[in-house]
Amino acid sequence: MLQIKKLHKSYPIGNSSLHVLKGIDLSVEQGEMVAIMGSSGSGKSTLLNIIGMLDEADSGEYILDGLLIKNLTEKKAAVYRNKFLGFIFQSFNLINYKNALENVALPLYYQGLKRKERQELAMFHLEKVGLTNWAHHLPKELSGGQKQRVAIARALAANPKLLLADEPTGALDTTTSNEIMEFIQQLNDEGKTILMVTHEEDIANMCKRIVHLRDGVIIEDKKIKQVRAGHYV
Amino acid sequence: MFRFLFDRDTWQEVFDSFNKNKLRSILTMVGVWWGILLLIGLLGSARGLENSFNRLFGDFATNSVFIWAQNTSIPFKGFQEGKRVRLSLTDAKKVEENVEGVEFVVPRNQNQATVVRNFLSGSFAVGGDYPLLDKVEKKKLIHGRFINQNDIDDRKKVVVISEDIYKQLFKKDEEAIDQYIQINSINFKVIGLFEVSNITMGPRIDLHIPFTTFQQVYNAGDQIGWMMITGKLEYDIVQIEEDAKLLLKNLNSIHPDDNRALGSANAGQEIGRVTGFLTGMQFLTWFVGVATLFAGVFAIGNILLITVRERTKEIGLRRALGATPFEIKRQIVVEAVFLTLVAGLLGIISGGWILIGLDAAFGQGDEAVIVNASVSIAVVFIALTLLIILGTLIGLIPAFKATSVKPIEALREE
Repeated sequence: MLQIKKLHKSYPIGNSSLHVLKGIDLSVEQGEMVAIMGSSGSGKSTLLNIIGMLDEADSGEYILDGLLIKNLTEKKAAVYRNKFLGFIFQSFNLINYKNALENVALPLYYQGLKRKERQELAMFHLEKVGLTNWAHHLPKELSGGQKQRVAIARALAANPKLLLADEPTGALDTTTSNEIMEFIQQLNDEGKTILMVTHEEDIANMCKRIVHLRDGVIIEDKKIKQVRAGHYV
Repeated sequence: MFRFLFDRDTWQEVFDSFNKNKLRSILTMVGVWWGILLLIGLLGSARGLENSFNRLFGDFATNSVFIWAQNTSIPFKGFQEGKRVRLSLTDAKKVEENVEGVEFVVPRNQNQATVVRNFLSGSFAVGGDYPLLDKVEKKKLIHGRFINQNDIDDRKKVVVISEDIYKQLFKKDEEAIDQYIQINSINFKVIGLFEVSNITMGPRIDLHIPFTTFQQVYNAGDQIGWMMITGKLEYDIVQIEEDAKLLLKNLNSIHPDDNRALGSANAGQEIGRVTGFLTGMQFLTWFVGVATLFAGVFAIGNILLITVRERTKEIGLRRALGATPFEIKRQIVVEAVFLTLVAGLLGIISGGWILIGLDAAFGQGDEAVIVNASVSIAVVFIALTLLIILGTLIGLIPAFKATSVKPIEALREE
């Protein structure tokens, strides 16, 4: 599904440069649910951005679903992102002047689907996250948990191969976090591959595998017994 | 390629982003609106002025020149300088036959005469004229007719009088046609009454009698006072003037370099000066209008630049969701063109209203300063095309700005 070999990335800071990723090797199989952990500055977000094709590595190899991701033009990157990846952000990143349905339909718009198909598909995914009744509400009328569910529906809308989540519960309280995690676990049960960046231990424990990053290298990579979020609720 | 223009979502996006910055968008649109308003208003007024000039000159052949005789200044062929030159009917005929591009040559005579009717009298200029004069210097007849060929052939004692004479010699509402007036103690029948034109070249003449009658009354023989020459439209009147003068010098034994022997006034040149002024005004109008338009369009570009800056995160998100840089740019350019076009259309409409107002205020009646103030459809289309082009160009700046930020940096922004 995903293979990363000897990935390096550094950012220029003034005259010197900051070496953020120092040779990452990672391989993720179909249907896995991986938590990438680490303190801030460990390079976990950078890694997620490179996997999400939002950023490019300096050297190393990144293969997604058998496709070498290298020297992409902006246009190609946009098409791949749309086709292969679904993003879930800590701050939801919903467009505030569009209602829930329109937000979910946005990736489908960029796929070139007809308006009617988009609406139907977006509605289907909203139903999946249980927000049918909120379809025509603006983000500001939704609670944090509802917003994140809209964002998840949006990430799922384009039927991506890989779901990337950057601190998906970072802005939510514990109860809501558990609800969201339960939902993400459910998606994983249905076969979606999920990659998630978090620094919360209990959230990481709800995944099936934890990759520990420190100072740009993987210090630990272990499979764990998944804690079901449902237990807390 | 342009299918996106018919996509409801494209316009939804435009509408949304307009709504988000309503006040600011409207304020910037005012710039473009004002530019177009100025352009249409000024161009229309300039056109109105031009129309009113044209109306003034309308009854007058604009490509005409007057030539009269003076005294020579250079001795030639045995004649001393200071010889009085006299032009004749033969000269007029020769000019008509030999000078290229001549349409009409109208020989004229003029003298001062005492005019008497009942107990009223006055001194006026009387002209001996051919019917052709009406073609060169259109007489607006209020009553009756102008001199005709029959009058010329029979040397009839008939006269066409001006409004002013009528007012001085006749009572109000008195019938003038077929009445008699005395010119130098000879009775003439009034056959026509004409309105005095605003524009006349040469001396002002209040009484027109047949040329042949004039010859007889004043014992003028073949002599003529001056000739009016009109050129065909496609010929240069200045060239015609030169050719005619050279021919006349030749016929009358005048030195070719003698510039004083023949006097002339070129109506074509004079009117050319006025029309040149009008052209200059139109140019100025375009300049002012287009410059204001530029300023307005730049304001729109500026506002979009700010909007784009504010929407950095949203644009980053859209790109993460699969929007290509081209789609982002296209959207911003569409917004720019939309704003300029809507502002421009409003400007054209309100400019039209201004012209309607001008027409109502100054455009009515015979003495109107501004006649039919209007702009042609072509001008409107040029303005609109200009707006679309400028809007596109100015939209490209924020469009490139929007996609120059990497999506990751855009998303990181708080």
